[in-house]
Amino acid sequence: MKETTVPQKVEQKAPDTREESRTLIPAVDIFEMDHGLAVVADLPGVEKDGVEIQVDNNILSIRGTAKSLLPGEPLHREYQLQTYFRQFELGDAVNREGIRAEMKHGVLTVHLPKAEASVPKKISVQVA
Amino acid sequence: MTLRLWDPFRELDALRREVDRAFEDYGAWKWPFSRTAFVPWVSARTYPLLNVGEDKDNLYVEALAPGLDPDSIEISVLRDTLRIAGQKAPLNPDIKPEAFHRSERGAGKFVRTLTLPVEVDSEKVSAQYKNGLLLLTLPKHERAKPKQITVAVN
Repeated sequence: MKETTVPQKVEQKAPDTREESRTLIPAVDIFEMDHGLAVVADLPGVEKDGVEIQVDNNILSIRGTAKSLLPGEPLHREYQLQTYFRQFELGDAVNREGIRAEMKHGVLTVHLPKAEASVPKKISVQVA
Repeated sequence: MTLRLWDPFRELDALRREVDRAFEDYGAWKWPFSRTAFVPWVSARTYPLLNVGEDKDNLYVEALAPGLDPDSIEISVLRDTLRIAGQKAPLNPDIKPEAFHRSERGAGKFVRTLTLPVEVDSEKVSAQYKNGLLLLTLPKHERAKPKQITVAVN
């Protein structure tokens, strides 16, 4: 599966520091199973409702908004939670309708089932 | 603390030390979700990354640790040292290596220790694991809390 980034329409003169324009690229595992592909992404700090998955023009987009749990005044900082964003190009072999996703302990799993057409069919040859 | 006159050379020396300190950690800081976190021969990198906060009564430590097996998390406090250990759960081992298109997340065991800036009450430390973030609440020890001293005016 090819990783891709669709050029987004950006408002002219939009400063780079705007929250939407700064994103983190989450680490992913992608593997194939008999019935399809699975994309597993680490999205720490993202709630179930904070994740947005879209398929548009063969492009799978994953976006997650992370929220920190840390109360009080910051003393020491090693990371910053931001919006996660990553895109992949899907082949024709994925059944768009069957895509489903689940979230557990900050790990997103997207299941991409194979399209019916790409499951090999056996054709019997009839002898006349 | 002594009162001293301003000495430009001491100021310069202090500045140099500040700059050295700023670059000290630089080499260790890498991409937060890099899989090298669990590849021992590449780097023994600090994992998980921590953010620390405080208020009047508590210290808070938040760890960036997605996909942990919650039963594997071990937290202990000895005097001023906090130790966090655990395991990032591997994916289903039945998946063949050749079935992977990408493998960036990594998995494995980790330990990290942190020296706390104040003494905490180790009996009352609590932890919660939510959305891949581990939040520890460490109540400050009575001895570490500031005492308000009232000034009597005659």
